[in-house]
Amino acid sequence: MNHDPMIEVVKLTKRYAGHTALTDISFTVGRGEIVGLLGDNGAGKSTTMRILSGFLPATSGTARIAGRDVFYDSREVRRRIGFMPENNPLHNEMRVREYLKFRARLKGLSWTRSRARVDTVLAQCSLTEVSQRIIGQLSKGYKQRVGLADALVHEPELIILDEPTIGLDPHQIRSVRQLIKSLAGSHTVLISTHILSEAEMMCNRMMIMLGGRILASDTPDNLQKLMASRGQVIAEIAAPAGELAACFTEMGDVAQFDVSETEGGFHRCALTARDGFDLRPQIFLLTCERGWALRELTRSRNSLEDVYMQITKPKEEEEA
Amino acid sequence: MQVFFTLTRRELATYFVSLTGYVIIAAATLLVGTSFVVLLRNMGNESSPMPITEIFYLTPFFWIILLLATPVITMRLFALEKYSGTYETLMTTPVSDVQVVSAKFTAAWLFYLVMWLPMLACLYVVQYYARQSGALEAGTVGGMYLGIALVGALFLSLGCLASALTSSQMVAAMVSLTLGVGLFTFAFLPERMETGTHWQAQLLAAFALFRQLHDFARGVVDTRAVIFFASLTLFFLFLTLRAVESRRWK
Repeated sequence: MNHDPMIEVVKLTKRYAGHTALTDISFTVGRGEIVGLLGDNGAGKSTTMRILSGFLPATSGTARIAGRDVFYDSREVRRRIGFMPENNPLHNEMRVREYLKFRARLKGLSWTRSRARVDTVLAQCSLTEVSQRIIGQLSKGYKQRVGLADALVHEPELIILDEPTIGLDPHQIRSVRQLIKSLAGSHTVLISTHILSEAEMMCNRMMIMLGGRILASDTPDNLQKLMASRGQVIAEIAAPAGELAACFTEMGDVAQFDVSETEGGFHRCALTARDGFDLRPQIFLLTCERGWALRELTRSRNSLEDVYMQITKPKEEEEA
Repeated sequence: MQVFFTLTRRELATYFVSLTGYVIIAAATLLVGTSFVVLLRNMGNESSPMPITEIFYLTPFFWIILLLATPVITMRLFALEKYSGTYETLMTTPVSDVQVVSAKFTAAWLFYLVMWLPMLACLYVVQYYARQSGALEAGTVGGMYLGIALVGALFLSLGCLASALTSSQMVAAMVSLTLGVGLFTFAFLPERMETGTHWQAQLLAAFALFRQLHDFARGVVDTRAVIFFASLTLFFLFLTLRAVESRRWK
Protein backbone atom coordinates (compact mmCIF):
# COMPACT_ATOMS: atom_id res chain seq x y z
CA MET A 1 0.00 0.00 0.00
CA ASN A 2 1.26 3.34 -1.05
CA HIS A 3 1.35 5.93 1.70
CA ASP A 4 1.60 9.02 -0.43
CA PRO A 5 -1.38 11.33 -0.18
CA MET A 6 -3.90 10.71 -2.94
CA ILE A 7 -3.63 14.19 -4.39
CA GLU A 8 -0.75 16.52 -3.79
CA VAL A 9 -0.84 19.87 -5.53
CA VAL A 10 1.99 22.34 -5.08
CA LYS A 11 1.92 25.90 -6.36
CA LEU A 12 -0.15 25.05 -9.40
CA THR A 13 -0.66 27.87 -11.86
CA LYS A 14 -2.56 27.76 -15.13
CA ARG A 15 -2.56 30.61 -17.59
CA TYR A 16 -4.59 30.64 -20.75
CA ALA A 17 -3.82 33.17 -23.43
CA GLY A 18 -4.94 36.42 -21.86
CA HIS A 19 -6.04 35.31 -18.41
CA THR A 20 -4.92 33.34 -15.40
CA ALA A 21 -7.25 30.54 -14.40
CA LEU A 22 -5.32 29.28 -11.39
CA THR A 23 -2.85 31.18 -9.25
CA ASP A 24 -0.41 29.23 -7.10
CA ILE A 25 -2.84 26.81 -5.54
CA SER A 26 -1.59 24.12 -3.18
CA PHE A 27 -3.53 21.45 -1.38
CA THR A 28 -3.41 17.79 -0.42
CA VAL A 29 -6.14 15.21 -0.24
CA GLY A 30 -5.65 12.06 1.81
CA ARG A 31 -6.84 8.60 0.86
CA GLY A 32 -10.51 7.88 1.47
CA GLU A 33 -11.49 11.53 1.81
CA ILE A 34 -14.44 13.09 0.04
CA VAL A 35 -13.45 16.62 -0.79
CA GLY A 36 -15.66 19.27 -2.31
CA LEU A 37 -14.33 22.04 -4.52
CA LEU A 38 -16.66 24.94 -4.13
CA GLY A 39 -16.82 28.12 -6.10
CA ASP A 40 -18.63 30.29 -8.57
CA ASN A 41 -18.46 29.66 -12.26
CA GLY A 42 -15.02 30.54 -13.51
CA ALA A 43 -13.40 30.08 -10.10
CA GLY A 44 -11.01 27.48 -11.49
CA LYS A 45 -12.69 24.27 -10.36
CA SER A 46 -12.88 22.65 -13.79
CA THR A 47 -9.37 23.75 -14.70
CA THR A 48 -8.02 22.15 -11.52
CA MET A 49 -9.84 18.93 -12.34
CA ARG A 50 -8.69 18.90 -15.93
CA ILE A 51 -5.09 19.29 -14.84
CA LEU A 52 -5.45 16.50 -12.28
CA SER A 53 -6.95 14.21 -14.89
CA GLY A 54 -4.05 14.87 -17.24
CA PHE A 55 -6.18 16.51 -19.91
CA LEU A 56 -4.51 19.90 -19.63
CA PRO A 57 -0.95 20.72 -18.61
CA ALA A 58 -0.29 23.24 -15.86
CA THR A 59 1.69 26.37 -16.67
CA SER A 60 3.81 25.89 -13.54
CA GLY A 61 3.75 23.94 -10.32
CA THR A 62 3.27 20.24 -9.81
CA ALA A 63 0.35 17.94 -9.23
CA ARG A 64 0.87 14.38 -8.09
CA ILE A 65 -1.67 11.64 -7.79
CA ALA A 66 -0.72 8.68 -5.60
CA GLY A 67 2.84 9.95 -5.79
CA ARG A 68 2.96 10.16 -9.60
CA ASP A 69 3.27 13.35 -11.57
CA VAL A 70 0.15 14.00 -13.66
CA PHE A 71 2.16 15.35 -16.57
CA TYR A 72 5.21 13.10 -16.76
CA ASP A 73 3.48 9.93 -15.67
CA SER A 74 0.18 10.75 -17.29
CA ARG A 75 -0.91 7.27 -18.37
CA GLU A 76 -0.21 5.71 -14.99
CA VAL A 77 -2.17 8.52 -13.37
CA ARG A 78 -5.06 8.11 -15.80
CA ARG A 79 -5.20 4.41 -14.97
CA ARG A 80 -5.85 5.36 -11.34
CA ILE A 81 -8.55 7.96 -11.79
CA GLY A 82 -12.15 7.93 -12.87
CA PHE A 83 -13.06 11.30 -14.31
CA MET A 84 -16.48 12.63 -15.14
CA PRO A 85 -16.12 15.97 -16.93
CA GLU A 86 -18.50 18.89 -16.76
CA ASN A 87 -21.80 18.33 -18.59
CA ASN A 88 -21.08 14.60 -18.62
CA PRO A 89 -20.41 14.02 -22.33
CA LEU A 90 -21.47 10.56 -23.53
CA HIS A 91 -21.73 8.76 -26.84
CA ASN A 92 -25.44 9.23 -27.33
CA GLU A 93 -25.79 6.67 -30.09
CA MET A 94 -24.57 3.77 -27.96
CA ARG A 95 -26.49 1.53 -25.59
CA VAL A 96 -25.74 1.77 -21.88
CA ARG A 97 -24.13 -1.64 -21.46
CA GLU A 98 -22.30 -1.35 -24.78
CA TYR A 99 -20.92 2.04 -23.76
CA LEU A 100 -19.73 0.87 -20.36
CA LYS A 101 -18.16 -2.21 -21.91
CA PHE A 102 -16.39 -0.02 -24.46
CA ARG A 103 -15.10 2.27 -21.73
CA ALA A 104 -13.98 -0.66 -19.58
CA ARG A 105 -12.02 -2.13 -22.48
CA LEU A 106 -10.54 1.26 -23.24
CA LYS A 107 -9.35 1.47 -19.67
CA GLY A 108 -7.50 -1.79 -20.12
CA LEU A 109 -9.81 -4.28 -18.40
CA SER A 110 -9.73 -7.81 -19.79
CA TRP A 111 -12.78 -9.19 -21.57
CA THR A 112 -14.10 -11.27 -18.65
CA ARG A 113 -13.16 -8.68 -16.07
CA SER A 114 -14.87 -5.88 -17.98
CA ARG A 115 -18.02 -7.97 -18.19
CA ALA A 116 -18.08 -8.57 -14.47
CA ARG A 117 -17.29 -4.94 -13.67
CA VAL A 118 -19.97 -3.61 -16.03
CA ASP A 119 -22.55 -5.80 -14.28
CA THR A 120 -21.36 -4.55 -10.91
CA VAL A 121 -21.49 -0.86 -11.77
CA LEU A 122 -24.84 -1.26 -13.53
CA ALA A 123 -26.25 -2.60 -10.28
CA GLN A 124 -24.38 -0.08 -8.15
CA CYS A 125 -25.78 2.85 -10.13
CA SER A 126 -29.26 1.27 -10.51
CA LEU A 127 -28.94 1.12 -14.27
CA THR A 128 -29.65 -2.57 -14.77
CA GLU A 129 -33.17 -2.03 -16.10
CA VAL A 130 -32.00 0.48 -18.74
CA SER A 131 -28.81 -1.37 -19.74
CA GLN A 132 -30.14 -2.07 -23.25
CA ARG A 133 -31.51 1.43 -23.86
CA ILE A 134 -29.82 3.96 -26.13
CA ILE A 135 -28.06 6.61 -24.05
CA GLY A 136 -29.42 9.53 -26.08
CA GLN A 137 -32.97 8.55 -25.17
CA LEU A 138 -32.41 8.37 -21.42
CA SER A 139 -33.45 11.03 -18.93
CA LYS A 140 -30.81 13.33 -17.54
CA GLY A 141 -30.73 11.50 -14.21
CA TYR A 142 -29.97 8.22 -15.90
CA LYS A 143 -27.35 9.81 -18.14
CA GLN A 144 -25.64 11.25 -15.10
CA ARG A 145 -25.56 7.80 -13.54
CA VAL A 146 -24.11 6.36 -16.74
CA GLY A 147 -21.33 8.94 -16.42
CA LEU A 148 -20.78 7.91 -12.82
CA ALA A 149 -20.79 4.22 -13.73
CA ASP A 150 -18.16 5.00 -16.36
CA ALA A 151 -16.00 6.75 -13.76
CA LEU A 152 -16.29 3.73 -11.47
CA VAL A 153 -15.98 0.90 -13.95
CA HIS A 154 -12.22 0.31 -13.64
CA GLU A 155 -12.22 0.62 -9.83
CA PRO A 156 -10.09 3.75 -9.73
CA GLU A 157 -8.40 4.89 -6.53
CA LEU A 158 -9.46 8.46 -7.16
CA ILE A 159 -12.76 9.62 -8.58
CA ILE A 160 -13.01 13.15 -9.92
CA LEU A 161 -16.51 14.41 -10.58
CA ASP A 162 -17.12 17.81 -12.13
CA GLU A 163 -20.55 19.02 -11.05
CA PRO A 164 -22.16 15.59 -10.85
CA THR A 165 -25.60 16.83 -9.76
CA ILE A 166 -26.06 19.80 -12.05
CA GLY A 167 -29.44 19.93 -13.78
CA LEU A 168 -30.97 17.04 -11.86
CA ASP A 169 -34.28 17.10 -10.02
CA PRO A 170 -34.19 16.82 -6.20
CA HIS A 171 -35.00 13.14 -6.32
CA GLN A 172 -32.17 12.35 -8.68
CA ILE A 173 -29.79 14.58 -6.73
CA ARG A 174 -30.59 12.52 -3.66
CA SER A 175 -29.80 9.24 -5.34
CA VAL A 176 -26.58 10.51 -6.91
CA ARG A 177 -25.57 11.95 -3.54
CA GLN A 178 -26.19 8.67 -1.79
CA LEU A 179 -24.17 6.86 -4.41
CA ILE A 180 -21.24 9.23 -3.91
CA LYS A 181 -21.48 8.90 -0.14
CA SER A 182 -21.35 5.14 -0.46
CA LEU A 183 -17.96 5.45 -2.14
CA ALA A 184 -16.35 7.01 0.93
CA GLY A 185 -13.58 4.99 2.49
CA SER A 186 -12.87 2.68 -0.42
CA HIS A 187 -12.30 5.53 -2.88
CA THR A 188 -11.03 9.06 -2.69
CA VAL A 189 -13.51 11.46 -4.24
CA LEU A 190 -13.01 15.01 -5.45
CA ILE A 191 -16.26 16.76 -6.34
CA SER A 192 -16.82 20.22 -7.68
CA THR A 193 -20.08 21.96 -7.10
CA HIS A 194 -21.50 25.39 -6.65
CA ILE A 195 -24.31 24.17 -4.42
CA LEU A 196 -23.27 24.60 -0.82
CA SER A 197 -25.77 22.35 0.84
CA GLU A 198 -24.60 19.58 -1.41
CA ALA A 199 -20.98 19.91 -0.40
CA GLU A 200 -22.09 20.21 3.20
CA MET A 201 -23.90 16.90 3.01
CA MET A 202 -21.45 14.84 0.99
CA CYS A 203 -17.97 16.01 1.82
CA ASN A 204 -15.76 15.67 4.82
CA ARG A 205 -13.74 18.62 3.63
CA MET A 206 -14.50 21.65 1.53
CA MET A 207 -12.22 23.93 -0.40
CA ILE A 208 -13.65 27.26 -1.39
CA MET A 209 -12.20 28.69 -4.57
CA LEU A 210 -12.49 32.14 -6.04
CA GLY A 211 -10.68 33.70 -8.96
CA GLY A 212 -8.21 30.85 -9.26
CA ARG A 213 -7.24 30.77 -5.58
CA ILE A 214 -8.24 28.58 -2.66
CA LEU A 215 -9.69 30.87 -0.01
CA ALA A 216 -10.53 28.36 2.66
CA SER A 217 -10.13 24.65 3.21
CA ASP A 218 -11.68 22.91 6.18
CA THR A 219 -14.51 20.64 7.29
CA PRO A 220 -18.00 22.12 6.84
CA ASP A 221 -18.42 22.26 10.64
CA ASN A 222 -15.17 24.12 11.19
CA LEU A 223 -15.97 26.59 8.46
CA GLN A 224 -19.22 27.32 10.20
CA LYS A 225 -17.51 27.69 13.57
CA LEU A 226 -15.00 30.01 12.04
CA MET A 227 -17.81 32.23 10.94
CA ALA A 228 -20.07 31.83 13.96
CA SER A 229 -18.00 34.38 15.83
CA ARG A 230 -19.03 36.97 13.32
CA GLY A 231 -22.68 36.06 13.79
CA GLN A 232 -25.40 38.32 15.04
CA VAL A 233 -27.23 38.25 18.35
CA ILE A 234 -30.96 38.73 18.12
CA ALA A 235 -32.83 40.00 21.17
CA GLU A 236 -36.46 40.99 21.58
CA ILE A 237 -36.84 43.44 24.42
CA ALA A 238 -39.86 45.42 25.65
CA ALA A 239 -38.28 48.85 26.01
CA PRO A 240 -38.42 52.25 24.31
CA ALA A 241 -36.35 52.28 21.13
CA GLY A 242 -34.44 55.40 22.10
CA GLU A 243 -33.24 53.96 25.41
CA LEU A 244 -32.22 50.73 23.74
CA ALA A 245 -30.17 52.57 21.17
CA ALA A 246 -28.50 54.62 23.89
CA CYS A 247 -27.60 51.49 25.86
CA PHE A 248 -26.16 49.74 22.83
CA THR A 249 -24.09 52.73 21.89
CA GLU A 250 -22.63 52.73 25.37
CA MET A 251 -21.68 49.03 25.23
CA GLY A 252 -18.12 48.92 23.99
CA ASP A 253 -18.42 45.47 22.43
CA VAL A 254 -21.24 46.23 20.04
CA ALA A 255 -19.97 47.01 16.60
CA GLN A 256 -23.29 47.54 14.94
CA PHE A 257 -26.92 47.37 15.92
CA ASP A 258 -30.32 47.65 14.39
CA VAL A 259 -33.54 48.19 16.35
CA SER A 260 -36.93 47.63 14.79
CA GLU A 261 -40.40 47.49 16.26
CA THR A 262 -42.36 44.25 16.49
CA GLU A 263 -45.82 43.47 17.86
CA GLY A 264 -46.66 43.63 21.59
CA GLY A 265 -44.50 46.64 22.36
CA PHE A 266 -41.31 44.68 21.86
CA HIS A 267 -38.32 45.79 19.83
CA ARG A 268 -36.28 43.43 17.80
CA CYS A 269 -32.57 44.21 18.14
CA ALA A 270 -29.96 42.73 15.84
CA LEU A 271 -26.50 43.23 17.28
CA THR A 272 -23.12 42.50 15.80
CA ALA A 273 -20.28 42.12 18.25
CA ARG A 274 -16.72 43.26 17.87
CA ASP A 275 -14.08 40.50 17.56
CA GLY A 276 -16.35 37.53 18.00
CA PHE A 277 -17.41 38.54 21.48
CA ASP A 278 -20.51 36.81 22.83
CA LEU A 279 -23.00 39.57 23.69
CA ARG A 280 -25.73 37.41 25.20
CA PRO A 281 -24.77 37.62 28.91
CA GLN A 282 -24.44 41.39 28.67
CA ILE A 283 -27.88 41.74 27.11
CA PHE A 284 -29.36 39.53 29.78
CA LEU A 285 -27.76 41.56 32.57
CA LEU A 286 -28.88 44.78 30.94
CA THR A 287 -32.53 43.71 30.80
CA CYS A 288 -32.41 42.48 34.43
CA GLU A 289 -30.90 45.70 35.60
CA ARG A 290 -33.48 47.86 33.82
CA GLY A 291 -36.39 45.54 34.52
CA TRP A 292 -37.22 45.11 30.81
CA ALA A 293 -38.99 42.02 29.61
CA LEU A 294 -36.88 39.80 27.39
CA ARG A 295 -38.65 37.25 25.21
CA GLU A 296 -35.95 36.11 22.83
CA LEU A 297 -32.18 35.97 22.95
CA THR A 298 -30.40 33.98 20.24
CA ARG A 299 -27.19 33.92 18.34
CA SER A 300 -27.92 33.36 14.69
CA ARG A 301 -25.89 30.46 13.35
CA ASN A 302 -24.40 31.33 10.03
CA SER A 303 -25.45 28.97 7.33
CA LEU A 304 -22.72 27.78 5.07
CA GLU A 305 -24.20 30.08 2.50
CA ASP A 306 -23.28 33.08 4.68
CA VAL A 307 -19.84 31.63 5.24
CA TYR A 308 -19.35 31.34 1.55
CA MET A 309 -20.62 34.83 0.86
CA GLN A 310 -18.39 36.26 3.56
CA ILE A 311 -15.31 34.44 2.36
CA THR A 312 -15.78 35.37 -1.25
CA LYS A 313 -17.06 38.93 -0.76
CA PRO A 314 -14.03 40.95 0.37
CA LYS A 315 -12.00 39.70 -2.58
CA GLU A 316 -14.56 40.87 -5.05
CA GLU A 317 -14.54 44.32 -3.50
CA GLU A 318 -10.79 44.41 -3.69
CA GLU A 319 -10.87 43.63 -7.37
CA ALA A 320 -13.60 46.15 -8.10
CA MET B 1 -3.44 -3.43 -29.03
CA GLN B 2 -6.65 -3.99 -27.08
CA VAL B 3 -7.23 -0.24 -26.96
CA PHE B 4 -6.55 0.08 -30.68
CA PHE B 5 -9.08 -2.62 -31.61
CA THR B 6 -11.69 -1.34 -29.16
CA LEU B 7 -11.40 2.17 -30.53
CA THR B 8 -11.31 1.11 -34.18
CA ARG B 9 -14.39 -1.02 -33.69
CA ARG B 10 -16.29 1.81 -32.09
CA GLU B 11 -15.24 4.34 -34.70
CA LEU B 12 -16.22 1.99 -37.51
CA ALA B 13 -19.52 1.21 -35.81
CA THR B 14 -20.45 4.89 -35.60
CA TYR B 15 -20.57 5.02 -39.42
CA PHE B 16 -23.07 2.20 -39.48
CA VAL B 17 -25.27 2.95 -36.48
CA SER B 18 -26.13 6.36 -37.84
CA LEU B 19 -27.47 7.26 -41.24
CA THR B 20 -24.26 9.06 -42.29
CA GLY B 21 -22.42 5.93 -43.31
CA TYR B 22 -25.23 4.65 -45.48
CA VAL B 23 -25.74 8.07 -47.07
CA ILE B 24 -22.05 8.28 -47.99
CA ILE B 25 -22.05 4.77 -49.46
CA ALA B 26 -25.28 5.43 -51.36
CA ALA B 27 -23.96 8.72 -52.75
CA ALA B 28 -20.66 7.16 -53.81
CA THR B 29 -22.47 4.22 -55.42
CA LEU B 30 -24.76 6.58 -57.31
CA LEU B 31 -21.79 8.56 -58.60
CA VAL B 32 -19.87 5.43 -59.60
CA GLY B 33 -22.96 4.07 -61.33
CA THR B 34 -23.69 7.23 -63.30
CA SER B 35 -20.06 7.61 -64.28
CA PHE B 36 -20.07 4.08 -65.67
CA VAL B 37 -23.22 4.85 -67.64
CA VAL B 38 -21.59 7.95 -69.10
CA LEU B 39 -18.40 6.02 -69.85
CA LEU B 40 -20.24 3.25 -71.62
CA ARG B 41 -22.28 5.68 -73.68
CA ASN B 42 -19.14 7.55 -74.74
CA MET B 43 -17.44 4.35 -75.75
CA GLY B 44 -20.35 3.52 -78.01
CA ASN B 45 -20.13 0.17 -79.59
CA GLU B 46 -16.50 0.06 -80.54
CA SER B 47 -14.48 -2.09 -78.22
CA SER B 48 -11.60 -0.30 -76.63
CA PRO B 49 -8.18 -1.77 -76.07
CA MET B 50 -8.07 -0.15 -72.63
CA PRO B 51 -9.63 -1.89 -69.67
CA ILE B 52 -12.62 -0.04 -68.28
CA THR B 53 -10.89 0.51 -64.92
CA GLU B 54 -8.22 2.51 -66.66
CA ILE B 55 -10.73 4.68 -68.44
CA PHE B 56 -12.52 5.24 -65.17
CA TYR B 57 -9.35 6.60 -63.58
CA LEU B 58 -8.78 8.95 -66.46
CA THR B 59 -12.17 10.59 -66.08
CA PRO B 60 -12.96 13.29 -63.55
CA PHE B 61 -15.62 11.06 -61.95
CA PHE B 62 -13.18 9.09 -59.86
CA TRP B 63 -11.58 12.27 -58.58
CA ILE B 64 -14.91 13.90 -57.77
CA ILE B 65 -15.89 10.93 -55.63
CA LEU B 66 -12.50 10.85 -53.95
CA LEU B 67 -12.38 14.57 -53.28
CA LEU B 68 -15.93 14.78 -51.95
CA ALA B 69 -16.15 11.55 -49.98
CA THR B 70 -12.92 11.76 -48.00
CA PRO B 71 -13.68 15.06 -46.19
CA VAL B 72 -17.16 13.79 -45.32
CA ILE B 73 -15.74 10.55 -43.93
CA THR B 74 -13.04 12.20 -41.86
CA MET B 75 -14.69 15.42 -40.71
CA ARG B 76 -16.27 13.96 -37.58
CA LEU B 77 -13.26 11.91 -36.39
CA PHE B 78 -11.88 14.47 -33.95
CA ALA B 79 -14.07 17.53 -34.50
CA LEU B 80 -17.30 15.91 -33.33
CA GLU B 81 -15.66 14.48 -30.22
CA LYS B 82 -14.19 17.85 -29.37
CA TYR B 83 -17.53 19.53 -29.96
CA SER B 84 -19.55 17.09 -27.85
CA GLY B 85 -16.92 16.89 -25.12
CA THR B 86 -16.35 13.15 -25.41
CA TYR B 87 -12.79 13.98 -26.45
CA GLU B 88 -12.14 14.81 -22.81
CA THR B 89 -13.52 11.48 -21.58
CA LEU B 90 -11.50 9.69 -24.24
CA MET B 91 -8.24 11.46 -23.49
CA THR B 92 -8.53 10.96 -19.74
CA THR B 93 -8.52 7.18 -20.11
CA PRO B 94 -5.10 5.51 -20.28
CA VAL B 95 -4.88 5.63 -24.08
CA SER B 96 -1.90 7.00 -25.95
CA ASP B 97 -2.23 9.64 -28.64
CA VAL B 98 -0.74 7.24 -31.19
CA GLN B 99 -3.46 4.69 -30.45
CA VAL B 100 -6.18 7.28 -30.87
CA VAL B 101 -4.87 8.66 -34.16
CA SER B 102 -4.14 5.26 -35.66
CA ALA B 103 -7.49 3.81 -34.61
CA LYS B 104 -9.46 6.71 -36.01
CA PHE B 105 -7.53 6.65 -39.27
CA THR B 106 -7.89 2.87 -39.62
CA ALA B 107 -11.65 3.05 -39.04
CA ALA B 108 -12.02 5.80 -41.65
CA TRP B 109 -9.89 3.85 -44.10
CA LEU B 110 -11.85 0.62 -43.64
CA PHE B 111 -15.08 2.50 -44.14
CA TYR B 112 -13.66 4.13 -47.27
CA LEU B 113 -12.76 0.70 -48.68
CA VAL B 114 -16.26 -0.58 -47.95
CA MET B 115 -17.59 2.45 -49.79
CA TRP B 116 -15.81 1.36 -52.98
CA LEU B 117 -17.10 -2.22 -52.92
CA PRO B 118 -20.27 -1.54 -54.94
CA MET B 119 -17.99 -0.65 -57.85
CA LEU B 120 -17.32 -4.35 -58.28
CA ALA B 121 -20.94 -4.70 -59.40
CA CYS B 122 -20.41 -2.04 -62.06
CA LEU B 123 -17.33 -3.88 -63.29
CA TYR B 124 -19.33 -7.07 -63.44
CA VAL B 125 -22.00 -5.39 -65.54
CA VAL B 126 -19.35 -4.08 -67.91
CA GLN B 127 -17.73 -7.47 -68.23
CA TYR B 128 -21.03 -9.12 -68.87
CA TYR B 129 -22.49 -6.71 -71.42
CA ALA B 130 -19.59 -4.89 -73.03
CA ARG B 131 -17.42 -7.75 -74.12
CA GLN B 132 -14.63 -6.58 -71.81
CA SER B 133 -13.34 -9.82 -70.49
CA GLY B 134 -10.51 -8.05 -68.67
CA ALA B 135 -12.74 -5.91 -66.45
CA LEU B 136 -12.92 -8.35 -63.59
CA GLU B 137 -9.51 -9.92 -63.96
CA ALA B 138 -7.88 -10.45 -60.57
CA GLY B 139 -4.73 -8.51 -61.42
CA THR B 140 -6.53 -5.47 -62.76
CA VAL B 141 -9.09 -5.36 -59.97
CA GLY B 142 -6.42 -5.95 -57.32
CA GLY B 143 -4.21 -3.23 -58.75
CA MET B 144 -7.13 -0.87 -59.02
CA TYR B 145 -8.23 -1.43 -55.43
CA LEU B 146 -4.68 -1.08 -54.22
CA GLY B 147 -4.49 2.25 -56.03
CA ILE B 148 -7.82 3.33 -54.58
CA ALA B 149 -6.71 2.28 -51.09
CA LEU B 150 -3.40 4.13 -51.33
CA VAL B 151 -4.66 7.37 -52.81
CA GLY B 152 -7.61 7.21 -50.38
CA ALA B 153 -5.27 6.79 -47.42
CA LEU B 154 -3.45 9.95 -48.45
CA PHE B 155 -6.63 12.00 -48.75
CA LEU B 156 -8.02 10.54 -45.52
CA SER B 157 -4.87 11.47 -43.66
CA LEU B 158 -5.36 15.05 -44.87
CA GLY B 159 -8.90 14.85 -43.50
CA CYS B 160 -7.65 13.50 -40.16
CA LEU B 161 -5.30 16.44 -39.83
CA ALA B 162 -8.04 18.94 -40.65
CA SER B 163 -10.40 17.33 -38.16
CA ALA B 164 -7.78 17.29 -35.40
CA LEU B 165 -7.23 21.01 -35.83
CA THR B 166 -10.77 22.19 -35.11
CA SER B 167 -13.88 21.43 -33.13
CA SER B 168 -16.21 22.27 -36.02
CA GLN B 169 -17.05 19.51 -38.46
CA MET B 170 -17.85 22.11 -41.10
CA VAL B 171 -14.44 23.74 -40.81
CA ALA B 172 -12.78 20.31 -40.83
CA ALA B 173 -14.59 19.36 -44.05
CA MET B 174 -13.71 22.69 -45.70
CA VAL B 175 -10.04 22.50 -44.74
CA SER B 176 -9.65 18.92 -45.89
CA LEU B 177 -11.47 19.70 -49.14
CA THR B 178 -9.13 22.62 -49.72
CA LEU B 179 -6.06 20.51 -48.95
CA GLY B 180 -7.36 17.72 -51.17
CA VAL B 181 -8.17 19.99 -54.10
CA GLY B 182 -4.78 21.66 -53.61
CA LEU B 183 -2.99 18.34 -53.87
CA PHE B 184 -5.16 17.41 -56.83
CA THR B 185 -4.33 20.58 -58.78
CA PHE B 186 -0.69 20.15 -57.87
CA ALA B 187 -0.87 16.85 -59.71
CA PHE B 188 -1.63 18.76 -62.92
CA LEU B 189 1.66 20.62 -62.78
CA PRO B 190 3.95 17.88 -64.11
CA GLU B 191 1.55 17.32 -66.99
CA ARG B 192 1.57 20.96 -67.97
CA MET B 193 5.25 21.68 -67.51
CA GLU B 194 7.89 20.55 -69.90
CA THR B 195 9.76 17.58 -68.62
CA GLY B 196 13.36 18.03 -67.75
CA THR B 197 16.03 16.15 -66.00
CA HIS B 198 16.73 18.68 -63.25
CA TRP B 199 15.62 17.72 -59.77
CA GLN B 200 12.66 20.10 -59.61
CA ALA B 201 11.02 18.39 -62.53
CA GLN B 202 11.71 14.98 -61.06
CA LEU B 203 10.27 16.03 -57.72
CA LEU B 204 7.16 17.35 -59.42
CA ALA B 205 6.82 14.19 -61.45
CA ALA B 206 6.48 12.28 -58.20
CA PHE B 207 3.27 14.18 -57.55
CA ALA B 208 1.66 13.06 -60.80
CA LEU B 209 -1.20 11.28 -59.09
CA PHE B 210 -2.93 10.52 -62.39
CA ARG B 211 -0.01 8.79 -63.96
CA GLN B 212 0.55 6.69 -60.87
CA LEU B 213 -3.08 5.66 -60.64
CA HIS B 214 -3.07 4.92 -64.33
CA ASP B 215 -0.43 2.30 -63.67
CA PHE B 216 -2.42 0.79 -60.83
CA ALA B 217 -5.48 0.61 -63.06
CA ARG B 218 -3.59 -1.43 -65.59
CA GLY B 219 -2.57 -3.79 -62.84
CA VAL B 220 0.96 -2.45 -62.66
CA VAL B 221 2.16 -1.91 -59.09
CA ASP B 222 5.01 0.55 -59.04
CA THR B 223 6.83 0.43 -55.69
CA ARG B 224 7.85 4.08 -56.11
CA ALA B 225 4.20 5.07 -56.13
CA VAL B 226 3.40 2.81 -53.19
CA ILE B 227 6.20 4.33 -51.15
CA PHE B 228 5.18 7.82 -52.26
CA PHE B 229 1.59 7.40 -51.07
CA ALA B 230 2.51 5.53 -47.89
CA SER B 231 5.12 8.04 -46.83
CA LEU B 232 2.92 11.07 -47.52
CA THR B 233 0.08 9.41 -45.59
CA LEU B 234 2.39 8.75 -42.65
CA PHE B 235 3.63 12.31 -42.83
CA PHE B 236 0.12 13.74 -42.52
CA LEU B 237 -0.75 11.26 -39.77
CA PHE B 238 2.37 12.41 -37.95
CA LEU B 239 1.14 16.00 -38.25
CA THR B 240 -2.25 14.83 -36.92
CA LEU B 241 -0.50 13.25 -33.97
CA ARG B 242 1.29 16.53 -33.29
CA ALA B 243 -2.03 18.37 -33.46
CA VAL B 244 -3.53 15.93 -30.95
CA GLU B 245 -0.52 16.29 -28.68
CA SER B 246 -0.57 20.05 -28.97
CA ARG B 247 -3.05 20.43 -26.11
CA ARG B 248 -0.16 19.45 -23.85
CA TRP B 249 1.97 22.36 -25.02
CA LYS B 250 -0.66 25.04 -24.66
